[in-house]
Amino acid sequence: MTTPLLQVEALNIALPVDGELRTVLHDVSFSLEPGRTVGLVGESGSGKSMTARAVARLLPPGARVRGRLEFDGASIVDLRGEALRRYRAGDVSMIFQDPRSAINPVRRIGDFLTEALRINGGMSSRAAGARAVELLAEVGIADGARRLRQYPHELSGGLLQRVMIAATLAVRPRLILADEPTTALDVSTQAEVMAILGRLRAEYGMAMLFITHDLDLAAAVCDETIVMYAGSVVEQHRGASLHEDPLHPYTAALAQARPDIDRATRRLPAIPGYPTTAYEVPPGCAFAPRCPHAVAACTTQEPQLVPIGDGHSRCIRAEELRGRMLTGPSTTEGVA
Amino acid sequence: MTTLTAGEVEVTPPRRRTWGWTRGLGVSGWLSIGVLVLVLLLAVVGPLLASQDPNEGNLAQGFGAPSVEHWLGQDANGRDLLTRLVVGARTAVIGPLLVVVASTILGTVLALAAAWFGGWFDTAVARVVDAVFAFPGLLLAILATALFGAGLPAAVAALSIAYTPYMARIARSAALRERGMPYIAALRVQGIHGLSICVRHILPNIRTLVLANATISFGFALIDLAGLSFIGLGVQPPTADWGAMVGEGLAGILQRYPQESFYAGALIVATVAAANVLGDRLTTRSEGRS
Amino acid sequence: MTAQAGGAPTASGAPGTPTTPAAPTRRRGSGLAIARFAVARVVGLVATLFVASIVIFGALFLAPGSPITFLTHGRSMSPEAVKALEHEYHLDESVPAQYWHWLTGVLHGDFGTSILYHDSVGSLIASRVVNTVALVLFSAVLIIVLGLSIGIYAGLRPGRLAGTLMGTSTALMAVPAFVAAVVLTLVFAVDLGWFPVFGSGSGLLDRIHHLVLPSVALALASVAFVGRLTNAAVREELAADHVQTAISRGLPYRFVVRRHVIRNAAVPMLTVAGLTVAGLIAGSVVVEQVFQLNGLGSFLVTAVQQKDFPVVQAICLIYVTSFVVLNTLIDLLYSFLDPRIAVGRGPS
Repeated sequence: MTTPLLQVEALNIALPVDGELRTVLHDVSFSLEPGRTVGLVGESGSGKSMTARAVARLLPPGARVRGRLEFDGASIVDLRGEALRRYRAGDVSMIFQDPRSAINPVRRIGDFLTEALRINGGMSSRAAGARAVELLAEVGIADGARRLRQYPHELSGGLLQRVMIAATLAVRPRLILADEPTTALDVSTQAEVMAILGRLRAEYGMAMLFITHDLDLAAAVCDETIVMYAGSVVEQHRGASLHEDPLHPYTAALAQARPDIDRATRRLPAIPGYPTTAYEVPPGCAFAPRCPHAVAACTTQEPQLVPIGDGHSRCIRAEELRGRMLTGPSTTEGVA
Repeated sequence: MTTLTAGEVEVTPPRRRTWGWTRGLGVSGWLSIGVLVLVLLLAVVGPLLASQDPNEGNLAQGFGAPSVEHWLGQDANGRDLLTRLVVGARTAVIGPLLVVVASTILGTVLALAAAWFGGWFDTAVARVVDAVFAFPGLLLAILATALFGAGLPAAVAALSIAYTPYMARIARSAALRERGMPYIAALRVQGIHGLSICVRHILPNIRTLVLANATISFGFALIDLAGLSFIGLGVQPPTADWGAMVGEGLAGILQRYPQESFYAGALIVATVAAANVLGDRLTTRSEGRS
Repeated sequence: MTAQAGGAPTASGAPGTPTTPAAPTRRRGSGLAIARFAVARVVGLVATLFVASIVIFGALFLAPGSPITFLTHGRSMSPEAVKALEHEYHLDESVPAQYWHWLTGVLHGDFGTSILYHDSVGSLIASRVVNTVALVLFSAVLIIVLGLSIGIYAGLRPGRLAGTLMGTSTALMAVPAFVAAVVLTLVFAVDLGWFPVFGSGSGLLDRIHHLVLPSVALALASVAFVGRLTNAAVREELAADHVQTAISRGLPYRFVVRRHVIRNAAVPMLTVAGLTVAGLIAGSVVVEQVFQLNGLGSFLVTAVQQKDFPVVQAICLIYVTSFVVLNTLIDLLYSFLDPRIAVGRGPS
C-alpha cells in the first residue's frame, strides 16, 4: 500500500456561531493516495465543503480544529506563514463551485491567470502571458490571447470554470480540491468541464478530492466515495457500485431521489424531512428520524463505522439491509 | 433545504416571516427608540412642563451659574437654560418630523406609482427626481427663506421637497424588485386591482425599508433645520430652539461660558445618533428579509 | 450596499446615485462604450443644470408680490434706481425673454448687480470664492485621507481598536458641523489658543492656519461616515469568494489585500467619499458662518438677510452647478473603476 498523500483522521471542526462553537464535522477520517480520486457526497450542510476548506486551510476565523490532517506526512494544521503559503501555492489547488464569484470581477482574465505565475513562479509578465495562452489551449480555449484581455463578466460560466481549471494547471498541484465544480453550470457544459478535468488530472497524475451531491457523477469519477450526513461519514465505498449497492440507508435514499433518464417518472421520491446539521444531531443515528428502516435501537445507540462489502457503513442494520434497500425509481418492484 | 430532489418536487410556498415591528432591534435599537420617544414626548408636553417663562430673563444674571432656581444656569440674557431647552424641543423636533412625514408620503406614493405604471410615467418621475437632486436640502431651504422670509414654514416646505427624491429612489427600486416577483403576477392574473396590490402587497413588503430611511432622514432633517436656525434663517429669536441656542451660545463660548451651546448641541447629537442607529438597525432588518 | 439617504449629516444633498453595480451585461468595444456613456452623462448634466437654472430664475416669480417689489423690498429707492433695476432684469419684456437675457448673462459671467453693494455680483463673488474652495478642498483631503485610512485599517485588522474606532465613528456621524465647530472653538481656540477663533487670515500659511478648525469641523462627521462605509466595504471584500480563491492560491497576503481587497473596495469607497465631498458644498455655508470666513456661504447668508436677491441667485447657481458637476464626475469615475457597469445604465 502506498503512503497516502492526504490523511484525515478523527477530524472535528467547530465554528463560532452567535458566540458559541457549533460542531460542523464529527470524527471524519479518510485517506487519499497520490493520483487517485476520492469523492465526498452529501446534501448541503453535510460538511463536505468544510472538509475541503479544512484541507486548503480556508476555514473561517475562530474555527476550532481537532484531529489529524496531514499532507504528505506533514500536519496541515500546523503550517504557518511561508510554509502555509508554499503549500497553497504549489501542493493543493481549489476549484470553486461558482467561478463567477471565485474570480475577481474587476480584473481581467489575464490578471487572474498570470498573477500566480508571476508572484509565486517568478515569471516575467510576458512569459506568464504566453504560458497563460498555452494553459487556456489545454482546457480547450483556442483564442486565449483575446480572452486574456476580457473581464469575467464577458465570459460564460462554462468558459470561466475552464479558466479556473487552467489556473489550477498553472501550478500543477499534487492535489486538486474540486468543490462542486459543475453545479453552477448548465447540463451540457457540465459534461465538457468534467471531461477536461478528468483528462488533465489523468495526464498530470494529480490526486483529487471531488465534492458533489451527484451520486452518479461521484460513482463515475471517483476511486472511492465517502457519503456524509450531518457532519459525519455514514458510508465509505470503494469502486463504482455506490448507487447499485448502497451500504447505508441514506445512500440508498440518495440513489432513490435521482431522476432516471431511461424512465419518465411522474414524481421523484424526496427524502422526507429536512437534513440535520451536525450541531443538532439527536442521540443515536443522525439519519434515524428520516430513515425508512429505522428501528427503536437507532434512536438510542450511536452507530459505529463498520466494515462491510467494498467499504464501511455507519448503520447498525447494515448487514441485514444490504441489497434490500430501494435504490431508484426504476426498481420499484424491488424487495422492501 | 434539500438539493437532492429534482424534477417534479412538491414546492411549499416560502413562509413569509411575520416579524413584528420590533423584532431583532437589539439593545442599541431599543435604546434609540427610548431616546426618540423621550424627545418626542418632550416636544409635545415640553412647554407644559416649563414653570418659568423661556423668554423672560434678568440681564443682570447673564451666564448665571446653576442654582436651585436655575438648575442648568442661565444664558447671556439671564434666561433659564433648562426651560429654554425643554421648550426648544418643540421647534427642533416638530420641523424635522413634518419634513419626514411629507417627504416619506410623497416619495413612497411617487415610487409606487412609478414602479407600477412604468413607461413614460416612470421616466418622468425619474427626470423630476434628478432635477430636485441637484439642490442640496440646506441650499433649497436657504433659497426658500430668501423668497418667503426667515422662519420654519418655508424651510420645512423646501426640505420636504428636497428630501422626497431620496425616499422615492430607494422605495422605487424596492417596489420594482417586489413587482417582479411571481406572486404579484399571480395576483394580477386573478384580476386584483393594481391599487389594491400596491397597497396591500407591495407596500407592506417595502415598509421596513421605508421606515428605515424615514428614520435616517429625520436625523438629517434635524441637522439641516437646526443648522438653518443656527445661522439665523430658521427659528427666529426670541423663540427657544436647539439649533438657534447653539448659535446664541457662541458669544458665551468666547467668554468661557459654553453651557448653552453644549447642552443644546448635546441634545441634537443624542437625537440624531438615536435616529441614525435605529435607521441602521432597521436597514439591516429590511435587508435580512429580502 | 445602497447609498443611504444623504452622505454624512452635513451632506444633506448627497445624491442617492445607486452604488449597487448593475447586473452584468456584455459590453461591446469598451472604448466606444465608455465614450457613449460619458456623452450620455454629460447630456444629462446639461439638462439638469438647465432645469436648475429655470428654478433659480423662476424663484423671483414665486416670491410674494411683484418681482420689482420683491427686488426692492420696500427700500426707498429713487425712481431712476428702480428703472435701472427693471432694465437690468428686463422686467419690461416677456418672461422667456427675461430668462434668456439672464441666462446668456450668466454664461458670460455676468450675474447682474448687487442691490446692496451696487457692484457687479461677479466681482463680489470672485473675491470670496477662494475661501470657500480652500475650505472644501481642505475638508475633502481630510475626509479622503482619514476616512479611507481609518476604514481600511479597521476593516483589515478587526479587534478592540477597530471596534473603538467604529463606535466613535457612529457617535461622530451624529455631530453636525456647527456643533463640532463650537466644541473645537472652545477647546482649541479659546482654551488652548492653538488656532484663531475666526477670520480668514492673510498670506498662505496664515490662511491655512485659519482653515484648520473650520475644515475639521466640516469634515468630522463625513470622516466618520466614510470610515464606516470603507470598513464595511473592506470587510465585505475580504470575505468575498474571489479573495478566498486568491488566498487559496498561496498569493502573499499583502498582495491579495492590495490587488483584490482594496482594489475592489475602491469602487464603493471612492464613490461614497466623492458624494460626501460634493455634499460639503452645502455644509460649508454653516461652517463659514461660525468662523466668519469671508466665503460664498457667509456671503449667501448675508445676502438672504439683506434681501440682496441677485447675489442669492448667483451663489445658489454656483453651488448647484458645482454639486451637479462633481456628482457627474464621480459617476464617470465609478463606471471607469468597475468594468461591470452596464453602459447605457439609466441615471436612476
